[in-house]
Amino acid sequence: MAQNRVKCLLALVFSVFMLTNANVVVAQEQHPVQAHNTDAATSHKPAEKEFNVTETILEHISDDHSWHLWGHTSIALPVILKTDKGWETFSSAKLMDEHHEPITYTGTTTGYQFKVNTNHETGKKSIVIIGADGNINQAATASILDMSITKNVASMFIAVFLLLAIFLSVAASYKKRGVTTAPKGFQNIMETLILFVRDEIARPNIGEKYFKYMPFLLTVFFFIFINNLLGLIPFIPGGANVSGNIAFTMTLAVFTFIVVNFSGNKNYWKHIFWMPGVAVPMKIFLMPIEVIGIFTKPISLMIRLFANITAGHILVLSLVCLIFIFKSVAASAVAIPFTVFISCIELLVAFLQAFIFTMLSALYIGMATEEHHDDHH
Amino acid sequence: MIGSIAAIGAGLAAIGAGIGIGRIGGSAVEGMARQPEVAGKIQGAMIVAAAFVEAVALFAVVVALLGTR
Repeated sequence: MAQNRVKCLLALVFSVFMLTNANVVVAQEQHPVQAHNTDAATSHKPAEKEFNVTETILEHISDDHSWHLWGHTSIALPVILKTDKGWETFSSAKLMDEHHEPITYTGTTTGYQFKVNTNHETGKKSIVIIGADGNINQAATASILDMSITKNVASMFIAVFLLLAIFLSVAASYKKRGVTTAPKGFQNIMETLILFVRDEIARPNIGEKYFKYMPFLLTVFFFIFINNLLGLIPFIPGGANVSGNIAFTMTLAVFTFIVVNFSGNKNYWKHIFWMPGVAVPMKIFLMPIEVIGIFTKPISLMIRLFANITAGHILVLSLVCLIFIFKSVAASAVAIPFTVFISCIELLVAFLQAFIFTMLSALYIGMATEEHHDDHH
Repeated sequence: MIGSIAAIGAGLAAIGAGIGIGRIGGSAVEGMARQPEVAGKIQGAMIVAAAFVEAVALFAVVVALLGTR
């Protein structure tokens, strides 16, 4: 009882603290804005930009042509563009001056002027071609096929090398010690995870034919898991929002779609196009629904992973942004414990989403390969 | 204006997900109290179901985010 009262009191104190704090900040924020406006009007010096939360967060979760480290330091990544006049390869450092402002770069093979343009409506950054008049050359820009090694691609390479290193070393230790003795060291955790995928995901959902699908399920599971974990590290080699990128999740979902539909047996297709055991009007009614169902399953896989990881990143970033919104170090007393707390939850989510994606893939494969007994309907 | 409507939409989705996760958690605790021997299994199923419900709320958040553009 006493403990309950203390808890209530704590919550009350905390909310009052938050309220007063918020009010002070609102009052504080109005003044600098006015000051800034007059400042900008009188002198045209490049003043520190007003802090925009949405812009900052979206910039951090989006893909980029360079890998930002700290301050004005970033790793330049190769830009590979295919234009209507041919290929163009250069370093992304040539698109930025020392103040991180975009500058134009003249291509060596095509002669085009390239520049990073930020779309003001969506906040999306992309490389455009600047025409002779200084405006964007829309026709030439539309022909660009951006095949650059962006931050996400580089991060994916890191994930692939990590996975290779992990699994080759584990495989080597199995070769050395054999499967008769107990696993040692790092082999231990990998064996636990692999057996988890086999016993909790593949076998219960697919059934006897599970072994054929183990390579696919293990690859999907570990690739999503390691990318989720790398995304939680706030600095290099993590920090890229790979599994929160819809193209990445779409590719994985397309693989699931292909595996499910190519391993579908006669019964699977029969249940889609001519549902056994129901009346003929019902069969006709169910057909379009089942056909749509083929596509909505991978789409839901795609959006689930994308939304979960992106939302997690946005949550952590907005908590960190609280410090900059309040413009005081004192706000970090609230923001940092919350960030740590949310990051711990994100660790759980990182595993859970890898598990759910793999489990649902296994479930769909199981549904497609199941042998039905029609007399039960 | 559009931003506020999107925020209201995300909030409504949060209400729905809150009800859903609350019911999942409540039922799981009830189930564990009735049969403590399968508590581990119930917990696993609970977390997975909660993740599904959460995903629906996050769909709404993503739609709200896209709607503000």
